[in-house]
Amino acid sequence: MNLLRRNDLIMLAFGIVVFAVLQGLMEEGIIGSFWKLNLMLIGINIIMSVSLNLINGYTGQFSLGHAGFMAVGAYVGVVLTTNFHVPFLGALLAGGAAAGFLGFLIGLPTLRLRGDYLAIATLGLGEIIRIVIMNIEYVGGAAGFRNIPHYTNFAWVFFIMLFTLFFIKNFVNSSHGRACIAIRENEIAAEAMGVNTTKYKIMAFTIGAAFAGIAGGLFAHNYYIISPASFTFMQSFIFLIMVVLGGLGSITGGIAGAFFVTFISAALANWPEYRMIIFALLLILLMFYRPQGLFGYVEITNMGIFRKILKRGGTA
Amino acid sequence: MNFSKKSMRLAGALLGTMLLGGVFAGCGGGGNEAKSDEIKIGANFEMTGNVANYGNATLEGLKLAIKETNDAGGINGKKIKLIEVDNKSEASESVNAATKLISDDKVKLIVGPAVTANVIAESQVATDSKVPVLAPDATSPAVTVENGQVKDFIFRSCFIDPQQGDVMAKFAVDNLKAKTAVIYIDNSSDYSKSLGQVFKEKFEAAGGTVVMQEAFLQKDQDFKAALTKIKTANADVIFIPAYYEEVGKIVKQARELGITQPLLGTDGWDDFKVADIAGADALNNTFFSTHYSDKDESVKAFIDAYNKEYKHAPNVFAALGYDAGKLLVDAIKRAGGDDPVKIKDALEATKDLQVGTGIITMDKNHNPIKQAVILENKGGDRVMVAKIMPEAE
Amino acid sequence: MELSQQLLQQLINGISLGSIYALIALGYTMIYGIIKLINFAHGDIYMVGAYVGFFAITQAQVSILPALLISMVVTGLLGMLVEKLAYKPLRHAPRISILITAIGVSFFLEYASMYFVSPTPRTFPEVIDNVAFHVGDLVINGQQLLILGITVVLMAILTYIVQKTKLGKAMRAASFDTETAQLMGVNADQVISFTFVIGSSLAAVAGVLVGVYYNSIDPLMGIMPGLKAFVAAVLGGIGILPGAVVGGLVLGVIEALVSGFISSTFRDAAAFAILILVLLFKPSGLFGKNTNEKV
Repeated sequence: MNLLRRNDLIMLAFGIVVFAVLQGLMEEGIIGSFWKLNLMLIGINIIMSVSLNLINGYTGQFSLGHAGFMAVGAYVGVVLTTNFHVPFLGALLAGGAAAGFLGFLIGLPTLRLRGDYLAIATLGLGEIIRIVIMNIEYVGGAAGFRNIPHYTNFAWVFFIMLFTLFFIKNFVNSSHGRACIAIRENEIAAEAMGVNTTKYKIMAFTIGAAFAGIAGGLFAHNYYIISPASFTFMQSFIFLIMVVLGGLGSITGGIAGAFFVTFISAALANWPEYRMIIFALLLILLMFYRPQGLFGYVEITNMGIFRKILKRGGTA
Repeated sequence: MNFSKKSMRLAGALLGTMLLGGVFAGCGGGGNEAKSDEIKIGANFEMTGNVANYGNATLEGLKLAIKETNDAGGINGKKIKLIEVDNKSEASESVNAATKLISDDKVKLIVGPAVTANVIAESQVATDSKVPVLAPDATSPAVTVENGQVKDFIFRSCFIDPQQGDVMAKFAVDNLKAKTAVIYIDNSSDYSKSLGQVFKEKFEAAGGTVVMQEAFLQKDQDFKAALTKIKTANADVIFIPAYYEEVGKIVKQARELGITQPLLGTDGWDDFKVADIAGADALNNTFFSTHYSDKDESVKAFIDAYNKEYKHAPNVFAALGYDAGKLLVDAIKRAGGDDPVKIKDALEATKDLQVGTGIITMDKNHNPIKQAVILENKGGDRVMVAKIMPEAE
Repeated sequence: MELSQQLLQQLINGISLGSIYALIALGYTMIYGIIKLINFAHGDIYMVGAYVGFFAITQAQVSILPALLISMVVTGLLGMLVEKLAYKPLRHAPRISILITAIGVSFFLEYASMYFVSPTPRTFPEVIDNVAFHVGDLVINGQQLLILGITVVLMAILTYIVQKTKLGKAMRAASFDTETAQLMGVNADQVISFTFVIGSSLAAVAGVLVGVYYNSIDPLMGIMPGLKAFVAAVLGGIGILPGAVVGGLVLGVIEALVSGFISSTFRDAAAFAILILVLLFKPSGLFGKNTNEKV
């Protein structure tokens, strides 16, 4: 337990140092606006992939509707800030709460489904959310919601991302998290051992959806305009790719996956006609050589190198 | 943890490379010094994704205009360098693309994107960095004017929706003697929705009634269900403001279902694909407004040049891309350099400029005053039935 | 038109749309049945089939039947190649990795085709005469009947192959338990390859027929129909051939009725909502058997 807390503190300090360095580089103009924007996008995608990982990786429930929850958070957030002048943090939290609540409502009936059936049901729900938004004229319909104030900056993204990482890490390491992992490993056995599987599945689903909603709020206040076209099932696939590429059931993996996918997309911006072809080939090749993802089920804090550094730090 | 050291190292190495790559790419952007003998122009277009065919066609037209200028020696000895970025047909990616063009590539002006929502998305970034935007085919009024305020740095080089909707509504009432109309719009496009609205207002103001409104979505294949419903309304005309890909299928399926009324459309119809998909017979008795007639003598030079360059005929997007190219070349010439603010002032002062498809003058709302024509599809050919010059607002 | 007439016309519209979903869903469901993979690339295989047929007709100047055959052979081989290169090496990897690979293959096919044939839609020449039959106010068109007919015939042939032939027995055995089947002398690799060939050539038939029917093809044309076909397969009970056809027809009819009597813009939402409702009451689809999970 002690080690855990010390690890937490070290990681927190590490996070703040990373933030300070990146922020400094941005202030100095060494990281230009384009890469700054992409760093923010990476942060938002990390929240998305780590929260999806809680559902798919840790609890083993195959969800394909994450972009839908992101859309709910985004739209609730922008309506609150633009039309009702609610402070940014309040709008973000409200967006997260709305997405979480919807996740809870949707999860209640659908989480009885298993495997691929759950996947197609959640994919369908994500699409239903998008189509409903598209038909609401109040939020601009298919044309999108305009004139969104630009509140998101690197600090917001970074610290909300850090909070998400710690929250999910601690959740996974708690007794709730153990119950979720038990469901992933064997649902029937978990139930036999007295785990209330429905409760924990819905809990994971709700928390995942809520963080997706918050990420949606950050996303929306970064781009001046949002439209339902940004939240299609293709986008849910992209989040799933991040999770699997990084490693199902690994927070480090979720970070790496989000980083990898966003970075590749930005780095190939100058070769639009080859961008998706190269991305597709990289995806297939990575699955060949690392079918369990870059990090599998391992966390960076459990790796040999990291341990060594810790030990040295501890004795010094 | 039963995890091999080798695979861990692989993962570490990959991550490390990615981080390093990021730093280098980040630095690379800053070191991009502009050569003094070229003027950098950004092209932010839909090159992949749902509306890639519109973005790519516009870009082809634009490239032709720029190539012509460069082949003729450039502007005051400076060549134009076009830097292309893909926005994946998404609003947020359009912001990304514009940011890249402005901050990494240091362009002096951005052309594009094709679709209204994507232009609106980038306009704040461009305004903040004082880089003018020229939208070749975004026809929604909100592109240049929002809440009664003209956006300083945003321009377009095509006419706007109210003009087209007005023209077609008057044509339906005056020439076709229509009393009732059905409006069938593409609900996923701002263009289509806003035209539907204008048409409804103008048509009803002229004494007609809109008896039914139906909608479809981009990339739909089968329109028969909605068309069956439209058939029951038995209206005098059906107004379909949409893009050619869907229009071809709609016209074909409408005629198959026995809908014989005149079908009306807008510049999104202006592509020979419509005739290919629908067939010449089905296309009889349809009318659409657009920017030029390909029979017009003054347009011939552009069409020939385009055919020579790309070995196929231009569509309306290509023509508008070409117009935008001509407009920006003229503005840079008059600006006497590549200072973005001066280019902006020059764009504002554009007057009686001959472009590929007509003559344009920029009005105070940054919208060009430009002719519109109405074409009729007749026996596999297109006949011009009206040419309308708008009054300046 | 009277309401009853309108309803009948919408049913005709729905069945013709549904028979296209059904045709794609047949291949989808076969492939799922044998390796339990949601082959997201199936819709793109269908797109490639349409393009092969298109080039056979316009470049090689052949008529519709040889074009169909050429397209089936080429696309069948492509399906086999995809399986051999992309899926087979991952047969013992976690299922989700193969799924991601399938998404990768799907992206690759879409954007590689976009690169080679450009994103501009192509128009199919009219190779099958389109006769319209009028019954009162109702309109049925020859191509619609043709598509429905071909779908039903192909379903019957496939069901025969799977249920009555030795190969079919091997397919069912491999689907039930690949390892045990191999112990019994079934060459599972060959059987799986064969399934991909059949499934992909069915997609090719659908692609060419859709090209002829709607007259227009483009590199992204497979995304939505692919997804809809998967929904149809799940609706009918995934892995079950008649289920795929019924699922496709049901889906088509629902879409037509929603478009005709409510609103086109809610069409897809309604389709998904019905799917979810069906799944909640019959978790393994309309024709699926409920299996008890063993610990």
